[in-house]
Amino acid sequence: MNSEEPLMNSMNLKDEIRNFVISNFLFGEAEHLEDDTPFMENGIIDSTGILELVMFLETTYKIKIQNEEMLPQNFDSIERVARFVSKKVNNVPVSAANEITIAHL
Amino acid sequence: MNAISSFSADLLKLDCALETERITTAIREKVWRSFRKKGVVVALSGGIDSSVVGALAVKALGPERVLGLLLPERDSAPETFSLGRLIVRHLGIKSVQEEITGILESLGCYERRDDAIRIVIPEYGPDWKSKIVLPSILENGKYRLFSVVAESPDGSRFKARTTLDAYLGIVAATNFKQRVRKMLEYYHADRLNFAVAGTPNRLEYELGFFVKLGDGAADIKPIAHLYKSQVYQLAEFLELPEAICSRPPTTDTYSLAQTQEEFYFSMPLKTLDLILFGSEQGFSASEIAREVSLTVPQVEHVLDDIKAKRRVAQYLHAPPATMNEVALAH
Repeated sequence: MNSEEPLMNSMNLKDEIRNFVISNFLFGEAEHLEDDTPFMENGIIDSTGILELVMFLETTYKIKIQNEEMLPQNFDSIERVARFVSKKVNNVPVSAANEITIAHL
Repeated sequence: MNAISSFSADLLKLDCALETERITTAIREKVWRSFRKKGVVVALSGGIDSSVVGALAVKALGPERVLGLLLPERDSAPETFSLGRLIVRHLGIKSVQEEITGILESLGCYERRDDAIRIVIPEYGPDWKSKIVLPSILENGKYRLFSVVAESPDGSRFKARTTLDAYLGIVAATNFKQRVRKMLEYYHADRLNFAVAGTPNRLEYELGFFVKLGDGAADIKPIAHLYKSQVYQLAEFLELPEAICSRPPTTDTYSLAQTQEEFYFSMPLKTLDLILFGSEQGFSASEIAREVSLTVPQVEHVLDDIKAKRRVAQYLHAPPATMNEVALAH
């Protein structure tokens, strides 16, 4: 399945996530926050922020997020979170830690 | 490419005699001349950092002007007390022991912590033991989330990822320990007209591994500019007891044994020393990677983590913000 294919109403989903991020992490100041703005690199979300985001997603969308799914490709921008949630809600496989290539010595 | 030379662990080697002279001169200058205090109080955990600070204070001011405080509580490791006593004897200083369990019970420290743990492990009881852990930063590319590890009286172990409220509740409750210790350090400093010596090393100081107004508070921080491996070099130079030098760095905050590595730094401190030093000196990730035997992506991941920790540390270091302007009616 094409990962870009909409599985939920992606505009609504993105808007909801955007609103949560703006309200909880940016205190209403949404300037420079694009759908693909990296959260971590820009200091938008820190380690406790990730916990807050996970709690919001699990509660709002009735999904269970596994540790293995806690990857930047699932969580590091509005776009990525929306795509991840959309897949979870529709029971489509998502990126997990054992799928990524990390070089070990 | 950095102009100093090629990157190597040797760059962290100290001239221990000169560095000791430099620090002891600075202690005298600050404590006696700037603060007009007679001596220093040092809380001794039996770990290498506080022992080195105690030894430097004795060299700077003399043993009669240094008071060692031993401040164990219910969850302290048994060796905390024995190693604390060992360094007191070794330095030839006076000491006071204050068991802080009663104060912490009055504050509800243990009860509040246990309530927070029960958010994720409902079975958790008063006789259980626990700690908080983070996965290794080198494990994979995941965001690392804290987990609670709990052990029941029969030895069964449970592990659960923390929720935000559980994590914040556990940390807030356990922070009482560092703040109560600091309160007692200042009590003894006030009654003796002494200053308080803090014991963070550079990793702790720079990356925010301390409690604001707890172990983060002090009048002097004699080793806050030294990497952990440099603290070990000074310990050897100052001839501290082997039992103290070989003890793994611990938080000594949770009832289950917990290293600083699994709680906060997420990698061997020797490696983190080199990565932090390399980045501060402007070496590239590939130059650092060669020296620490990691891959370039792994080093880049650690550098991102350092950046994130520095952001958190900014708040921890910040003094109270005052509102300088005043809106007058006329």
